[in-house]
Amino acid sequence: MSEVLELPVHSIAHSRAGDKGNVSNVSLITYNKNGWENIKVNATESKVLEIFKHLGATNVTRYELPNLMALNFVIENALGGGVNSSLRLDRHGKTLSSYLLYHLKLKVSLDMLPDNSPYRVQFKRGSNYD
Amino acid sequence: MFNYNRMSKKVYIGCGAGFAGDRYDASIPIVNEFKNIKDPKYLMFEVLAERTLAIAQQFRIQDKSKGYSPYLDFYIEPILEDCLNHNIKIISNLGAANPIGAAKRIMEIANDKKINKPKIAVVLGDDILNYMSEHDILNSPTMEGLDIKNTQITAANVYLGAFPIADALDKDVDIVIVGRSVDSALALGPLIHEFKWKPDQLNMLSSGTICGHLLECGAQVTGAYFADPGYKDVPDLYNVGFPIAEFHENGEFYITKPKNTGGTVNKATVTEQLLYETHNPSQYIVPDVIADMSQINLSEEEENKVLVKGGRGHKKPSHLKATICSESGYMGEAEMSYAGPNSLPRAKLAIEVIEKRLQKIGLQGKTRFDIIGAGSVHFSSEEDTSYQNNFDGDYRIRSAGFFEKKEDAEQFVAETYSLYCSGPSAGGGARTSITAESSTASILIDRKIIEPQVKIEIIQT
Repeated sequence: MSEVLELPVHSIAHSRAGDKGNVSNVSLITYNKNGWENIKVNATESKVLEIFKHLGATNVTRYELPNLMALNFVIENALGGGVNSSLRLDRHGKTLSSYLLYHLKLKVSLDMLPDNSPYRVQFKRGSNYD
Repeated sequence: MFNYNRMSKKVYIGCGAGFAGDRYDASIPIVNEFKNIKDPKYLMFEVLAERTLAIAQQFRIQDKSKGYSPYLDFYIEPILEDCLNHNIKIISNLGAANPIGAAKRIMEIANDKKINKPKIAVVLGDDILNYMSEHDILNSPTMEGLDIKNTQITAANVYLGAFPIADALDKDVDIVIVGRSVDSALALGPLIHEFKWKPDQLNMLSSGTICGHLLECGAQVTGAYFADPGYKDVPDLYNVGFPIAEFHENGEFYITKPKNTGGTVNKATVTEQLLYETHNPSQYIVPDVIADMSQINLSEEEENKVLVKGGRGHKKPSHLKATICSESGYMGEAEMSYAGPNSLPRAKLAIEVIEKRLQKIGLQGKTRFDIIGAGSVHFSSEEDTSYQNNFDGDYRIRSAGFFEKKEDAEQFVAETYSLYCSGPSAGGGARTSITAESSTASILIDRKIIEPQVKIEIIQT
């Protein structure tokens, strides 16, 4: 059986965050088919809502783009009022993509990583990310 | 196999700016690339953020000839002569609150450079204050934003579509200047003009919109805003090439970039930009069509060249979105650093001092405090911001507050600045700033009210 580690989703996907009013959208784009099968099942609306709840998020809607092996999360009320009324340093929530990439932890196998991923080293050691 | 590369018409569109602060020299490699291309070619500049128009309106009120983008000269001056000489048409929302003023300024630039005067079209009709009463504007259905019922409007502009830009190009002009249009229309307009698309060719309009959406943020599709060293490497990011679309008449198009530039174009960069600021990918709403990206297919045809196909379109919306801006007081921001042994407790004490001082002097406003280095952009101010407690740390406190009166914002930042002599040990590097704030709301307006007001004016002298 192949080795499985719990890793940040950063190991198998990349992301960009956009803003419209007080709504943030955060994409999750996998590097390959195996990664896609993983996030399709395990990157759920409720997990993402839990991750952004402390910022005020009230609802998350998930859209699937199988052709692109990507998900798009639309996160409501996550921006402290939005670019014109937020006191946050990052008024657009541009850095929220990085927050999701680290805080969403999934069970990951080697065949989900891109070819030159630094995460591969951890599989040789067999140790967990943290 | 049908080789449309040789047989069908194609149109090139480059994007020289993706926001008002983008690099002024980014379009030069695109223009150089275009010099060797015989097909129709266009250069778009997208420089108008949501709030920029409110600022531009203020400039126009102070000086009737102003109110266009203050960056116009920086973007246009370096490439105007080459564009006119090589039949590269310029499409831009540099017009902001005064598209005619922008056209006149371009004429002056041509005059100063002693080159032939361009023929410029401006699209008018986005400024709804010209034909809707404040009462009607404030009572329109609100999509998002603050309650605007009791505010003083500083700008109100509807997002126009691409057909007015195409109509302007039909008049055989060199440059089209608009105020507020959807960003993607800067690309869709030339495509409608070149391929003579009709309003019911929804799949074509959708593909053109998706093309514009991919171009409108400049280098965000060619490897910028993408690099994550070791994980997603991008060559020569400092020299990133801005995007060029090569659009074919069957609705398929390539995204690429000029030769000898940095950056990278691949499926990953294109997918990130495709979903940027997108909500439901099946319903990307612009005035001309509801674009459906859910069936989009990407393939890497050659290095730095991605083929995009599969755009589908649905019927255009009955209502158009307008952004209403109003003044909303001032934001004060101030920062101070604490580093070295026991720095986190000193930073926390600094915030405590500010909060108690605000209470003591009775300064009221909405405030927020962060400790940069111990959790700022990823935290809410309500929680304990310390998720790491490095004894020998390097932290920076940040205070931010909204106030109606400028003097109150000034007093607020002074309470951080005064920590120099009255705060915890060894604070340094204080910086303060005050910014006039503007709040925005989005409303929906029946397009039947808008469409008769859209006009094209030609400026030749």
